[in-house]
Amino acid sequence: MNDAVVWLTILVLSIFVGLEVISKVSSTLHTPLMSGTNAIHGIILIGAISVAGTADSAPVLVLGLVATVLAAVNLVGGFVVTDRMLKMFTARRKAPPKRLQEAPGKEPTGKDKAP
Amino acid sequence: MIPVWVQVVYLVAAVCFILALKGLSSPKTARRGNLIGAAGALVATAVVFFERPLGNIVPILIAVGLGAVLGAVGARRVQMTQMPQLVALFNGVGGGAAAIVAVAELHGFDREPAPSAVTTTAAAFTVVVGAVSFAGSLVTFAKLQGLMTTRPVVFPGLPVLFAATILTAIAAIVIAAVDPGLIPAIALAVLGLLAGVLLVLPVGGADVPIVISLLNAFTGLTVAAGGYVLGNVLLLIAGTLVGASGTLLTVMMARGMGRSVTSTLFGALRGGSTLGAGTASDRPVRSATAQDIAIMLGYASRVIIVPGYGLAVAQAQHALRELVDVLTERGIEVDYAIHPVAGRMPGHMNVLLAEAQVPYEQLVEMDDINPRFKHSDVVLVVGANDVVNPAAKTTPGAPIYGMPILKVDEAKQVVFMKRSMRPGFAGIENELLYDPKTTLLFGDAKETMDKLLSAVKAL
Repeated sequence: MNDAVVWLTILVLSIFVGLEVISKVSSTLHTPLMSGTNAIHGIILIGAISVAGTADSAPVLVLGLVATVLAAVNLVGGFVVTDRMLKMFTARRKAPPKRLQEAPGKEPTGKDKAP
Repeated sequence: MIPVWVQVVYLVAAVCFILALKGLSSPKTARRGNLIGAAGALVATAVVFFERPLGNIVPILIAVGLGAVLGAVGARRVQMTQMPQLVALFNGVGGGAAAIVAVAELHGFDREPAPSAVTTTAAAFTVVVGAVSFAGSLVTFAKLQGLMTTRPVVFPGLPVLFAATILTAIAAIVIAAVDPGLIPAIALAVLGLLAGVLLVLPVGGADVPIVISLLNAFTGLTVAAGGYVLGNVLLLIAGTLVGASGTLLTVMMARGMGRSVTSTLFGALRGGSTLGAGTASDRPVRSATAQDIAIMLGYASRVIIVPGYGLAVAQAQHALRELVDVLTERGIEVDYAIHPVAGRMPGHMNVLLAEAQVPYEQLVEMDDINPRFKHSDVVLVVGANDVVNPAAKTTPGAPIYGMPILKVDEAKQVVFMKRSMRPGFAGIENELLYDPKTTLLFGDAKETMDKLLSAVKAL
């Protein structure tokens, strides 16, 4: 198979995987989705590292290093902030049982006070 | 040639990214998915050093460390209300990094054995779109952070200038593809930066969330093209995943706001908006004390809460949750009505309420809650404005016209908790505030919410 065709195949299949995976994301999680996909494109870091590592002149090295810093901010920051958000969604699993325990005890008093 | 084992590790990393996105289908699996994605990124970053002999290892490691610390500190310090700014900023630096990588590649092409026309075109495309993403994201950041006006910025000749920039950029891509080098690369970057600024300037505050998503997709495409240029399959897959999903999300969001992506971007250019043209706001409104509202809420049977960005800015979401708990204990049916773009980005309100430990089962989406407003006794609107503004249905000239809204106007009574009569993010007045069934409770959302909470407890 021609090299360019291999790349095209990967491209087309990735598009379909991307669309398929996202169409199942719950709208509750749209903000983490945006920050999560945001983190994933930070993987350009490996491209930036390659450029800096193979630089044959000072200007290219500087370009590569600047790109490396920017990409690392994107990649690391993106995953950390997404985790921070998602932690809040999972930690809350503890909350409902606590409320259910409280509810039966307090409900009568609430009704007593009602007209 | 990249060693086979390195390529296999890249494949594993690509699968990790897909699993990360797949995990987001449920709040239960989302966090684990994200950690898998992060692990994939970590492994890929480690093996890139074995891809080919690399020099300058020490400066590279310092650069990675510096970026990682900056990113992590920013991510830890940011308040949940500022999430859209942070996403815009991270997106911008990612796009900028991709553009710089492509500039360096274009610079290198004039000495290496002649690369194919597809490769040079892809590199030129990466520079332009990456620069658009970088500049556009920074303007978006400035709008969200309040560093500049949130209203559309339009000046005579802007459409012509924008069109000219795009056409010049396309011509420059062709030139750079045929004759790559540093000068064409810099020209492409400058054109991209200009196009990015011109793209976002005319977008009004209420539409900024759509733009963040669109620019995110742009950065994805940039990284994918950069992957082709560098011969790196992982970049191609990761970038394409983000590009495809970002595009889909952008379209879904635009649909959620009842408009097309093009009208979001170019609506202001057609001059249809009547921003700030609302009638004089010295008309009488009905306001009440926290005690009055507490009685209204305490003796209702069905209450719907409409939380907005103002709630989160005042950090009143914890007090709100307590209020809802107390009302629920009194046997009152309480739900939260969540507009798809409540807050400053899609799903933002869900995150803000999750921070206050509101169970996500209590959050009801717009389409499910809208038929229930007419059966509700009291609707409590806290710090929201545009998403309940009937102008979206009644005033064809309004910038939010056509946006699906929460049908709060159908409820028996409406209570607005507001800091002032100032209009919302879209900059237009809300007729519902002057409706006879509307009561206003003025004050800082946090203080007022605390007062309301103790008043309801005392009932």
